Amino acid sequence: MSVLIYTELADGQYKKSSIEAINYGSKVAAQLGISSIVLAIGAASEADLAKAGNFGSTKVLHAADANLVAENIMAYSKVLIETAKSQNASVVVSAKSALADAVMARAAGALQAGLVGNVVELPDTTSGFKVKRSIFSGKAFAFTNITSDVKFLAIKKNVLALEEGTASAPVEKISVDTANLTESSKVTETIKATGTLSLPEADLVVSGGRGMKGPEHWQPLLDLAEALGAATACSKPVSDLDWRPHHEHVGQTGVKVSPNLYIACGISGAIQHLAGVNSSKVIVVINKDPEAPFFKAADYGIVGDVFDVLPKLTAAVKAM
Amino acid sequence: MHTLFRISKVTILIQTFMKILVCISSVPDTTSKISFEENDTKFNKTGIQYIIGPYDDYALARAVELKETHAATVTVLNVGLADSEPQIRKALAIGADDAVRIDAEPTDSFFVANEIANYAKDKSFDLILMGRETTDYNSGVVHGMVGEMLGMPSFSPVMELNIDGTAVKLSKEIEGGKEKLETSLPCVMGCQEPIAEWKIPNMRGIMGARTKPLQVIAPSTGSLTAIEKYELPPAKGACKMISAEDAGSLIALLQTEAKVL
Ligand SMILES: Cc1cc2nc3c(=O)[nH]c(=O)nc-3n(C[C@H](O)[C@H](O)[C@H](O)COP(=O)(O)OP(=O)(O)OC[C@H]3O[C@@H](n4cnc5c(N)ncnc54)[C@H](O)[C@@H]3O)c2cc1C
Repeated sequence: MSVLIYTELADGQYKKSSIEAINYGSKVAAQLGISSIVLAIGAASEADLAKAGNFGSTKVLHAADANLVAENIMAYSKVLIETAKSQNASVVVSAKSALADAVMARAAGALQAGLVGNVVELPDTTSGFKVKRSIFSGKAFAFTNITSDVKFLAIKKNVLALEEGTASAPVEKISVDTANLTESSKVTETIKATGTLSLPEADLVVSGGRGMKGPEHWQPLLDLAEALGAATACSKPVSDLDWRPHHEHVGQTGVKVSPNLYIACGISGAIQHLAGVNSSKVIVVINKDPEAPFFKAADYGIVGDVFDVLPKLTAAVKAM
Repeated sequence: MHTLFRISKVTILIQTFMKILVCISSVPDTTSKISFEENDTKFNKTGIQYIIGPYDDYALARAVELKETHAATVTVLNVGLADSEPQIRKALAIGADDAVRIDAEPTDSFFVANEIANYAKDKSFDLILMGRETTDYNSGVVHGMVGEMLGMPSFSPVMELNIDGTAVKLSKEIEGGKEKLETSLPCVMGCQEPIAEWKIPNMRGIMGARTKPLQVIAPSTGSLTAIEKYELPPAKGACKMISAEDAGSLIALLQTEAKVL
């Protein structure tokens, strides 16, 4: 039996959220007294893949067949399904992400596995298999018992402190026949912002709302984000108005983030916005209206004009 | 879809209907204050206004638009108890042709997906649409599971969808951008804005919806998970205010007090 961890690679490295999943999965494996095996799909060096050992895994299975590069969901999930079977996995873990959701969903469907997403704590395995997960976009939690033989967990970002050791894990190449699955769709174009940090992966986020007045006024916010090394985000009306790209939209109907620091600039703090950001560790709100509801959900607040406050923050960061 | 039949020298164009299934959830209004009862083992429905899942509403809107430009029928499906019928009727008022309710509490993703797949498997739907996730449990996996169960490709979150014959062009959001894809029917999609604008039913739609067929079917399977208890997050402590003049001092606090920098 094993815990199998489905990971994602970006530029040949485990994504940060995947490292969190490796750490989480390895702790579950230790709890159950079974092995912790990582599945990595795509191009990466053996040395980089072996780093899974630093976070508790004992083996890495690497699938890098040429037809697995286009992130074809059916092929990816086939690899996960076959690997879960061959490794006799009783628990399958991944980080919560758009791609992982798609792959995990298909695999759980095929393996008749109960799947629980947005998991925020290690499971309680004293009787049954109970996990705590965030629901209602962070407005509540549910303790859920998974009763199927195989259990699928998608972990919310930033829920466990990372524990890093020095062990390295042996890497084994695997090959799963997915030839007939790669023709169902083809990617014709990929439009990706270059040089910007990934929002779901970011530890620090600077976000702007309608109080930023227009896309031409975003520079002070971008300056602070750059000084901090933070990703940028926005409220829904801002992306609806096309001031910022859609993938920056956070909230109940957008990306859900849980960074260490979320700085909200000119955002009122509507309940649907809070739903996507309320599990951030620390929230800073800058708003000229002292009555803005966001202050009630904030750790630090500044009542003032964003265009006056932002340059001061940037200067202070640069002086750090 | 168009099917060409060539009989000796005559070509006959037979127009067949594209069959679309839209799966909707019935969820608390996004402004709802969440609370629990019976010793935190049950969601407290008192005073809660239920709506069509906001993402499902986008899927429904796009399906109804496709009906305007293609020969298509739209069936709406909900796994839910009788109290979700107002949301189903609303979907019919917006433009779905008929509805199915699988009479069960939608207790987990696998169960809902299994019920959808069991219903759809012998009905040759060309396109199965739903929201990218429900706004109550946020799992975002039902579309993928349905795709796997029916052996169809699945895509999510889909932001643009155009269909020409059996050729499907779509764009979906990826981390930091979007990806354009081409695929073919049949397939399953989880949708989000801006695939279409939410539609508000008009009076004619509302009147018409009353007589559209709504079939109620008993569930055929069970859940693989069970919620045993709920919990609310701890109340947020007081917000520390910093004057705008002295805004820069926030950075030191974030370093030394909050320790996030
Ligand atoms: C079903 C549904 C789903 C939704 N999902 C989301 C979602 O996922 N994400 C989301 O964000 N919203 C969502 N919304 C919309 C939400 O209800 C709010 O309308 C939205 O969050 C408001 O965005 P905002 O704070 O940028 O704008 P506003 O509410 O207009 O707030 C602007 C703020 O800026 C302040 N301000 C103005 N000028 C300045 C200045 N110079 N300096 C400092 N402060 C200034 C104002 O005091 C105000 O508080 C949803 C709504 C619905 C109905």
